[in-house]
Amino acid sequence: MNLWKIALRSVQHRRLASGLTALSIGLGVALVVGVMVIHGVVSHTFRRSGEGYDLIVGAKGSRLEMVLNTVYHIGKPVGTVPYEYYKEFESGRFAGDVELAVPCCMGGNYKGFRVVGTTPDMFDEIPFPSRRIDNDLSELATDEEREEARRREQDKFADSKGLFSEGENFGWGDYFGGVVGATVARKTGLKVGDKFRPVHGFDAEQGEEHDEFEVVGVLRPTGTANDRALFINIEGFWQIHEHGHYDESLDVLPGENASAEKPDSADHADANVVPGHDEAEHDHAAKEEEPDHQADDGHDHADEAGAGHNHPHDGEDGPDHAENGGDDEADHEHGAGDGHNHAFEGEAGHDHDHDHGHDHGRQVTAILVRTNEKQIARAMALPKIINQEGDAQAAMPAEEVTRLLEGIVGNIQAVLLVFAVMIVIVAGIGMMVSIYNSMSERRHEIAVMRALGARRTTVMSIILLESILLSLGGGIIGLVLGHSLIGLLAPQIMEHTGVVVHALQFQAAELILIPGLVFMASIVGYLPAVIAYRTEVAESLSE
Amino acid sequence: MLELRDVKKSFTLPDGTPLHVLDIEEFQAGAGEQIVIVGHSGCGKTTLLHVIAGISRPDSGRVVIDGWDTTVLSEADRDQFRAAKIGYVFQTFNLLPAFSALENVMIGMAFADGRADRDRALMLLDRVGLSHRLTHKPAQLSVGEQQRVAVARAMANRPKVLLADEPTANIDSGNQQQVIDMLRGACQQENVALLLVTHSPEVAKQFDRVERLEEINRVLVSNRD
Ligand SMILES: Nc1ncnc2c1ncn2[C@@H]1O[C@H](COP(=O)(O)OP(=O)(O)OP(=O)(O)O)[C@@H](O)[C@H]1O
Ligand SMILES: [Mg+2]
Repeated sequence: MNLWKIALRSVQHRRLASGLTALSIGLGVALVVGVMVIHGVVSHTFRRSGEGYDLIVGAKGSRLEMVLNTVYHIGKPVGTVPYEYYKEFESGRFAGDVELAVPCCMGGNYKGFRVVGTTPDMFDEIPFPSRRIDNDLSELATDEEREEARRREQDKFADSKGLFSEGENFGWGDYFGGVVGATVARKTGLKVGDKFRPVHGFDAEQGEEHDEFEVVGVLRPTGTANDRALFINIEGFWQIHEHGHYDESLDVLPGENASAEKPDSADHADANVVPGHDEAEHDHAAKEEEPDHQADDGHDHADEAGAGHNHPHDGEDGPDHAENGGDDEADHEHGAGDGHNHAFEGEAGHDHDHDHGHDHGRQVTAILVRTNEKQIARAMALPKIINQEGDAQAAMPAEEVTRLLEGIVGNIQAVLLVFAVMIVIVAGIGMMVSIYNSMSERRHEIAVMRALGARRTTVMSIILLESILLSLGGGIIGLVLGHSLIGLLAPQIMEHTGVVVHALQFQAAELILIPGLVFMASIVGYLPAVIAYRTEVAESLSE
Repeated sequence: MLELRDVKKSFTLPDGTPLHVLDIEEFQAGAGEQIVIVGHSGCGKTTLLHVIAGISRPDSGRVVIDGWDTTVLSEADRDQFRAAKIGYVFQTFNLLPAFSALENVMIGMAFADGRADRDRALMLLDRVGLSHRLTHKPAQLSVGEQQRVAVARAMANRPKVLLADEPTANIDSGNQQQVIDMLRGACQQENVALLLVTHSPEVAKQFDRVERLEEINRVLVSNRD
C-alpha cells in the first residue's frame, strides 16, 4: 500500500464531498477542453480549407473578406474582376508565373447553400483534404523526388472516386452539370441525376431562379466549407447571366454590352499532353452530352504528368487537338470559331439557344492561383505586382487566415480560456475549503497514522496527493464531459458552421491540463497539508 | 531491552506555569516481558506510553529501546523507529475509517520502510479470528473486533515493544478477556515485550508483574508528601 493508495482510500471514503469537488473542477475543465478543441478544430479547418493554391486574386477591397468569401463561403463577394483579367493568369502575362488558375463566381444559393460557378479544375487540380496524401512534399530532398511524389499524389486524386462519394466531377463541356458538397447532399437530399435551380442572392428563398443544373457528383465530406457548397460549371453560370437573368444585387455583370471579345486560347487539351498517357477511367467525356470534351481529360492528365503545366494555351488554334495524339482521346473536334476558353463549343444536349461565342462582360469573383514553383522568385513577386496595379488584389489565404486566427479569433479564445481557467481555479478553491473542513475531523486519523510511524512529511504528502487525485479526477470528468459535449454538439456545429468535430478529437494543448491541474492541486492542497503536518499526535490521539 | 532512566516530563499550562507529570528514576522491561501498569486517572500512564513510543519527548533522561536511545533521535527518526520497533493499541478509534481491516493492518507496513507483507497481515488477522472480516471497514466491525484488528496491526512490523493503553476499557467483560488473551498470546509467540495499561483489577491480576505508577513516578510521590 503506497501513499497514492492511502490518499485514494481517503478520497473514496468521503465519496459525496470528493465527488462534488471533482465534479466542480470537471465542469471548469470541460469548458477549457471545449474552448481548446473548438478553437483547434476551427483553426485546423480554416487552415486546411485553403490548401492546394497559394493566392486568391479578386477585386480590390478587404483581403480577409475576399478570402472568407472565396474559401469559406462566408459573407458577400468583395467585387468582381473582368474575365479578361482572369485570362492574364490563364494565358496572358501572368501565365508563366502560375501553375494553375481556377476562376470562381459566386452564383447565388440553393436552399441557403452557396452556389459557386467554377471550372472542373476546382476538383481535378486542387487537392482537397480528403485526397491529400500525408507525406510532406517539402521534406523530400530533390526536385525530382518532389516531382515524382507530386505525380503519385495527383495520380491518386485524379481518380475522382477518391473525391466523390457518388458520381464524378462535371466536365468542361457539361455546362449545366454541378457537384454538391456532402452536407448539401445530406440536407437537401440531392443525388446524382437530380436537378436543382440556384437562386440569386446568398440567402435562401430570395431572388429569381436560375435554370436547372444537374447533379453529376456528390463530394465526400472534407471537413471544410466546401461540404456546404454547390459547384456548377462557370460556363453554365455565365450563360444564364448572358440570358439576362441577373440580379443587380450581385453586380456580377456590369456592362452587358461590353465589346464582345473573343477567342482566346483554347482548350485544355494543350500540347503538353504526354503522348500515350491514357487513363480511360478519368474520362469525363464518358457522359453522352459532351462527346467532344475528352480533350479536357487530356488536359487534366497533362497536369498529372507533371510536365511543367501551367495551362500553356497555345494560341487560338482550336483545332490542333490532334496534338494530343497518340492516345484515344483525340476524337475531339473543335470548331475553329469557338470562342470559349475551355473549348465550350459543344452545346450538344443543352437546350440553350444562345450563341455564346463571346465573353462579353464576363466577370469572375475570384481566381484561385497556384504559383509556379519553378519560377519561385517571380511567383513570390506576383502578389505585389497584382496589388500595385490597382484593379485587383491578391491575398494569400494562409496569411489572412493566420492573421484572423491570431487576431480576433485568438483574442476571443484567450478570453474564453481565461474564463474557463478561472472557473477551474474557483473550483480549486472549493476543493481547498472541502479538504480544509475535513481536516478537523481527521486530526485523530492523522494522529493514528503518526502513531503507526508516519512522519509529518508523510501525512502532509498524503493530503497533497488527495488534492492532486481530486483535481485529476476532476480533469478526467472534465475531459469526458467536454468531449461528450463536443460529440453531442457536433451535428449542431456541423450544421451551422460546416466545421466537422468529433468527440474524440484531442488537441495537444489539452495535455497542459495535467501539469496545470497538478500545479493547482499542490497550491490548493498546501494549506490543509500544512495542518496535517502540524497535527500534534499526543493531543490529537485522545480526541 | 527497554530502559527508562531519570525521565522527566512536564507540560506548560496555558497560564505559563509548568505541570510536572512524570519523574521516573528507573524503569526496565525485559524482552518478551509482560507488564501491567495501573494507577489512578491522571497519574501519567498515557504520558508514559507516549514517551516510550517517542510520540512525546521527555524533558530529560534516557529512553533506551533495543539498544537505541530514542531521546537523541530527531522526530522523523523517532517516527521511523516507532514504525519499526513499537506496536501501539489505544483505548478506542484505533482504526482508520477509510480502510478495510486488512488495509488497516497493512498500512502500518507502509509507514515502516519494509515491504508490505500481505501474507503476514492475513496470518495476524487469522490469529485474532478475523479471517472472515478482511474487507470490512471499521464501521462494519464491533468494538471488540476493531480492538482485535488493532492488536493484529500492532504486531504487523514485528515490534520489540507493544504498548496497549486501556485496550479493553470499552468492551464488555466477555470480549475483554478474548482481546487480552489475544494480545498476550501474540506477544508471547513473537517474544514482544508488552506494557498494558488498565483500570481493571481482573485484567491486572492475570499478570505476574504489576507496576503501580504512583510508586515509581516521583512527581506523585512528592505530591503525596
Ligand atoms: N498536553 C497536555 N497539556 C497539559 N496537560 C496535560 C497534557 N497531556 C496530559 N496532561 C496532564 O497530564 C496528566 C497525566 O495525563 P495522562 O493522560 O497521562 O493520565 P492517565 O494516567 O493516562 O489518565 P487516564 O487514566 O484518565 O487516562 C493529567 O493531569 C493531564 O491533565
Ligand atoms: Mg490515559
